[in-house]
Amino acid sequence: MSSAKETSSRRARGVFGSSRRDAHRGDRRFHWGLRLCALAVIAILGGIFFQLSKQASPVLSKMGLSFFISTEWDPVAESFGAGAFAYGTLVSSFLALLLSVPVSVGVALFLTELAPSRISLAIGFLVEMLAAVPSVVYGLWGIFVLAPWIRVSLGPLLRKFLGFLPLFQGPAYGVGMLAAGLILAIMITPTIASLCREVFRAVPVANREAALALGATRWESISWGVLGSSPSGILGAVVLGLGRALGETMAVTMVIGNRAEIAASLFAPAQTMASVIANEYAEASAEMHLSALAATGLALFLVSIVINTGARAVMRRVASGPKRGKLGTLSKTASIEVRP
Amino acid sequence: MNFKLSRSVITSSVGFLMFVASFGQAARAETLLLNGAGATFPYPLYSKWFSEFKKVESKAEINYQSIGSGGGIRQVMDHTVDFGASDAPMTDAQLAKAKPALLHFPMVMGAVVLTYNLPGLKTDLKLTPEIVSGIFMGKITEWKDAALVAANPGVKFPDEPILVAHRSDGSGTTAIFSDWLAKVSPEWKTKVGAGPALKWPTGLGGKGNEGVTGLIKQSPGSIGYVELIYAKSNHLPVAAVKNRAGEFVVPTAASVTAAATVSLKSIPEDFRASITDAEGKGAYPISGFTYLLIPVSMPKAKQKVMSQFLQWALQNGQTLAEPLGYAPLPKTLVQKALARVALVKAE
Repeated sequence: MSSAKETSSRRARGVFGSSRRDAHRGDRRFHWGLRLCALAVIAILGGIFFQLSKQASPVLSKMGLSFFISTEWDPVAESFGAGAFAYGTLVSSFLALLLSVPVSVGVALFLTELAPSRISLAIGFLVEMLAAVPSVVYGLWGIFVLAPWIRVSLGPLLRKFLGFLPLFQGPAYGVGMLAAGLILAIMITPTIASLCREVFRAVPVANREAALALGATRWESISWGVLGSSPSGILGAVVLGLGRALGETMAVTMVIGNRAEIAASLFAPAQTMASVIANEYAEASAEMHLSALAATGLALFLVSIVINTGARAVMRRVASGPKRGKLGTLSKTASIEVRP
Repeated sequence: MNFKLSRSVITSSVGFLMFVASFGQAARAETLLLNGAGATFPYPLYSKWFSEFKKVESKAEINYQSIGSGGGIRQVMDHTVDFGASDAPMTDAQLAKAKPALLHFPMVMGAVVLTYNLPGLKTDLKLTPEIVSGIFMGKITEWKDAALVAANPGVKFPDEPILVAHRSDGSGTTAIFSDWLAKVSPEWKTKVGAGPALKWPTGLGGKGNEGVTGLIKQSPGSIGYVELIYAKSNHLPVAAVKNRAGEFVVPTAASVTAAATVSLKSIPEDFRASITDAEGKGAYPISGFTYLLIPVSMPKAKQKVMSQFLQWALQNGQTLAEPLGYAPLPKTLVQKALARVALVKAE
């Protein structure tokens, strides 16, 4: 061990002409510098958690754990519960994922597998442009284009054909859970699509060629060779998209209708944890109201952590699971056999 | 060579820094900075006032952040700013915690108007307090409701449900509107109450005046409330509201000022008063003040500028209010407020 150190440092002195002590000191500094960066992340997270818990404690000691379940939010009577907001956040985000993931994966597959490189570059650029649009612009578009369209066209159509489901009953005002889900879906599509594109690009060409050589069709080569070897990558992209959806504030606030209620219908107005904080924080001056808003922030923080950890656990299982099906084994064996 | 160069760089940069520092020192001696934060509603007028006041008193630099009334109250109580601003007066409990004590100065007036989307309606809608509270309680749900038809003879209402739009963000506008509703409807008082943020019995929430207006413009058959200035500058239809004297009053700067004039007797010494549902002729019933919150003791230099500004704004400043859509304070109230400027003492 020590001899290896010596030789390496001697070599360093030989090449760079610096003294042995200096070389080690630089290493150590570098090491500690990086360690500090990593610790800063933990410190920031811990600080946020601590500060939120501190501010949330008055309302949590008054309402108890029912704060997280109760759907009563009455700033005048000082009775607070974040249940309806948690529901709004989760449902709007998962609705967005449901709509966005198939499209995003499709876009990414088209860009990497089918499109000629020039078109792929152009569309890829446009997708990334979508990610750069500020959320307030999405919100305005939501109020002036999306909401009227839902009220006049999409709402009546859904009610006509799917009206037997409780999801599509009641009057469609335009703004509401459905509008929020749609706008979130548009907002997270660029994130998921561009990440998936990178994941698919990283799949070795040999995988596709091997599938084709075995007589697979184009579709089979894509679904076995490409999709089959990247489920954990796709899931990673989805988790990042979900993170954006959970925390999105401005655009959602503008189109969700802002009502602290749990309704079965997607046409009904709802409210999310992020939007109630954005709505009420500036004008809140009563201690209990401020504390309730901090507690809502804490709940959002916890929900994000739980979902991220859960997704990571699923990802690990998918990535290293014993059963990878024919897709996994094919890509594994194919890449081993074809590589020179 | 290298060494010399770096030394000259150091000397020149030190010289430059000293130069900059001396400049800063000079600037500090020249101007006096006052920091304020609070209500968004009077912000356009306040920023006009501050720039005009600087022409009168060139040493005064007043910084104002329109972060919302709640934020203004919090920051002035924490001493992060020199003065605060709020649409609704502070509560007794809040005032008791403030050290040093805070004074309320009414600066200008505003009003909340009801705006609606009824295509084909030619005349202004007329609304009684009973109708408005019924609509916002979710009890009157159709435009063809008997009460609406009775209050608006000759108007042909569409056979449509009423869609209520309200503010989703906490705001002074909601505070004034709900304060009025709580006065005119006992049911509203017990079931909903008054405040900047409420648990609404019905309707959709839009963020800000523009959010509410967006909802109303997009949905035929809707009704909501916004600030008078916002409705004026966007040419929205506004309803005439029945006041205590039984007249239907259209909101204008004059009818808002009238609400304060007729309530003068009931306005207490410290100006913390609600003037909604004012009793008297010509008064628009959903009116209110917006306040500056000034600590009773300030550092000497700041106290001087602050007092000068208050006197200037309460007199010369009032003429700037109406062109921007605000209602000026009645003259008698200005005199009362001026008398209280002397209570702001130097430390």
